[in-house]
Amino acid sequence: MNVATPSLADLAGQAKALVRPKPPAPYGMLAELTHRCPLQCPYCSNPVELDRRNVELDTATWLRVFEEAAKLGVLQVHLSGGEPTARRDLEAMIRHCVEVGLYTNLITAGVGVTAERLQSLADAGVDHVQLSFQGADAAMTAHVSNMKDAFERKLAVAREVRRLGLPLTVNAVVHRANIHQIPDFLELAQRLGARRIEIAHAQYYGWALRNRAALMPTREQVFKALEIVDEARVRLDGILTIDAVVPDYYAKYPKPCMNGWGRQSLNVTPSGKVLPCHAAETIPGLDFWNVAEHSLSEIWLDSPAFNAFRGTDWMPELCQSCERKEKDWGGCRCQAMAIAGDASATDPACHKSPLHAHLLALAEEDAAAGVDQYDYRRFTVPETSQ
Amino acid sequence: MGQHFAPTGTPKLARGVRLRHDEARGQWVLLAPERVLNPDPVAVEILRRVDGERSIAGIVDELAQAFTVERERVEADVDDFLKGLVDKGMVEVSG
Ligand code: SF4
Ligand code: SF4
Repeated sequence: MNVATPSLADLAGQAKALVRPKPPAPYGMLAELTHRCPLQCPYCSNPVELDRRNVELDTATWLRVFEEAAKLGVLQVHLSGGEPTARRDLEAMIRHCVEVGLYTNLITAGVGVTAERLQSLADAGVDHVQLSFQGADAAMTAHVSNMKDAFERKLAVAREVRRLGLPLTVNAVVHRANIHQIPDFLELAQRLGARRIEIAHAQYYGWALRNRAALMPTREQVFKALEIVDEARVRLDGILTIDAVVPDYYAKYPKPCMNGWGRQSLNVTPSGKVLPCHAAETIPGLDFWNVAEHSLSEIWLDSPAFNAFRGTDWMPELCQSCERKEKDWGGCRCQAMAIAGDASATDPACHKSPLHAHLLALAEEDAAAGVDQYDYRRFTVPETSQ
Repeated sequence: MGQHFAPTGTPKLARGVRLRHDEARGQWVLLAPERVLNPDPVAVEILRRVDGERSIAGIVDELAQAFTVERERVEADVDDFLKGLVDKGMVEVSG
């Protein structure tokens, strides 16, 4: 008979788990309600393997998840996708969020959303609308989103959102083709009555990684963009809040990805998997728990994926001994995976990483490659069950 | 040191801004688009009265009484505080 005797390493692991300090409660939850979306942005943050409609969580499960989120300490819920308005039960979800005290932020691409639908979302109690723009004009929007009249539709949605008195954020993902439009995006946001704009440099995981050669801006473009944003921040102070997601390939330090793994937020996929960040599934071997089997609080506190890179214990010596370790949390785990092939390596975006030069070379090569064909986001296998 | 708002003005939180008690952390929070603010105790006392009903003068009266502070000081503090939030688009003052 084989009696399992725990090895010393097991015991040490268990002891560590016992003394692990309880992580603070998360502030935000990204609820990816569906992966369905009428647009095909080549940098889409959804995974390359998209969840199909038939595996999407049902209404009752989402309502339970929102309730558990509120109990856990989540304050703001980001209703996202894909295109969240593809879910006909979105109003029911919003009403429930309001009931349990959650602040709701609707993240939409704004195509196929009628004025009546917006009215009903507003009536349900949505707090804030974030609308994505793939370009600052019709041609660029069509080129990037792969839909001809997307821009006009977005403008109509923006007007309606403001007419309803809802606060509006414009979200613009920038990359080589549209990075020169940052001043136009800023103008557009003001013209539409937005109080806030997100200028997000494409982050290279999943679809964007596939399309990196067509998306990567040059170093000159990036530095020009940073200058423009800095200047605009001063000029538009009190008029338009500018939040920027920095382009880290050309940076000295990595971004404090998610403000630390499993520290402030969680992400629920359409099929109910709970991830520390939307790209976490690009890391092989992580054990993600599903809301169908576990409560959100169990997942937050105990799931192996959330504890894998929590705090600073997992860090390599380079980060352990660095004074910035609780500032940037060693950077992004998914980028370490993508570039170093090791999710627990120092993010190669950090200038101290031995792979930093390699990362720079990749970026410069891609930026100069001159590729302008996108591999547009799509369901990889033909739809069967819709 | 001029006042920014008339005492008869009525402040209210802008659409998309909410004040609530955060049970999990035992504190008050002001929620806004992509922002979670932790107002200090004085700010909470003001914010709880920013309801679109009470006038600025009314709020000042209440606070001066509740905390037995000089009315003039409260008036200046409330005015400053509201100005900050109006600039951020989080509060609107009508009238
Ligand atoms: S990034 Fe583009 S394709 Fe992806 S969900 Fe958003 S709008 Fe749709
Ligand atoms: S060495 Fe690690 S902790 Fe230090 S700056 Fe680089 S990534 Fe951040």
